[in-house]
Amino acid sequence: MAVGSGSAVAGAANDSRRFYLTTEHHPENGTLFGFWLYLMSDCLVFACLFAGYAVLGRSYAGGPTGAELFDLPLVAVNTSLLLLSSITYGFAMIEMQRGRLPGTLVWLGVTGLLGAGFVGIELTEFAHLIHEGAGPGRSAFLSSFFTLVGTHGLHVTCGIIWLITLMVQSGKHGLIPENRRRLMCLSMFWHFLDVVWIGVFTFVYLMGVLP
Amino acid sequence: MSAETAVVDHGHGVLGDGHGAGHGGHGHDGHGGGHGGGDHGTGGTHFTLRGYVTGFLGAVFLTALPFWFVMGKTFGSSGTTAAVILAFAAVQIVVHMIYFLHMSPKSEGGWNLLALLFTVMLVVIALSGSLWVMYHLNHNMMPDSMMNMHNMP
Repeated sequence: MAVGSGSAVAGAANDSRRFYLTTEHHPENGTLFGFWLYLMSDCLVFACLFAGYAVLGRSYAGGPTGAELFDLPLVAVNTSLLLLSSITYGFAMIEMQRGRLPGTLVWLGVTGLLGAGFVGIELTEFAHLIHEGAGPGRSAFLSSFFTLVGTHGLHVTCGIIWLITLMVQSGKHGLIPENRRRLMCLSMFWHFLDVVWIGVFTFVYLMGVLP
Repeated sequence: MSAETAVVDHGHGVLGDGHGAGHGGHGHDGHGGGHGGGDHGTGGTHFTLRGYVTGFLGAVFLTALPFWFVMGKTFGSSGTTAAVILAFAAVQIVVHMIYFLHMSPKSEGGWNLLALLFTVMLVVIALSGSLWVMYHLNHNMMPDSMMNMHNMP
């Protein structure tokens, strides 16, 4: 009897906590897992584009080759921008975990700027190639190159738009559970794009300049 | 009558207690602890500076070396260089998965890893299948087209 009343008190004391966890915890996991499944399907999109490049990457049709076109120092700068943006996003998540809104927004802003720098350099590279007459219509190699790298760049652009949206949302409503969940999803998206870029710089650029 | 009420109350108390504790343990899976309620909304993932810095240093190392191999022409043959930089890329992808995407056999009760492994399987089939088929296609077409070129006026 005495034990029974003790447990009842303990149950009442946990009530506030129980309410919070039962309403927030499970749907959240569902969202993150669902987003992970989306990323996996996106992975298949990139796999098809990589397969296309693997097949067509040496079909120059008498046009310029990767060794003639690719500017490796520029690619190295681009790679470091994306890699830096990955760790700055990580810093934003750590700040979010500590519940610090200003720190989160500052690191998200830095991440966005690095991402914008990446897209800017990539667009400059594309413009340069097209200007030299090495546009997507020149050869099968260039078609598959522009499709693969362009799709990645488009993803990064969408990520930047999403990032700005979440910065506005977080500034307006604070780090509420909904915004934390959204920032978690964007974190996965952003780091996933960095993983895809590993494949791009290794397979397209570095292996493309090998004789 | 009063004893019966007490029994019902007892059951309710235990139920509430067990429920709360169960979720508490679930929500803090793999946490270092001591963070109170500050990390709700992160789906049970705990972000540490140490983890991100470790991942970043590993990624910088694994990125810089392949660039150096290719730009400095460290290896004589293209085949060796290609094999080495592909191996570096594979390791770097694993590093990113663990330290940046927080992949572990425990995340989402193992479903994340299962989905990833399935995707990897599909990617391997798509890539190796395409290369295999297209290589054989090129291989079988090549002598024919060469002869045709030869016969051309």
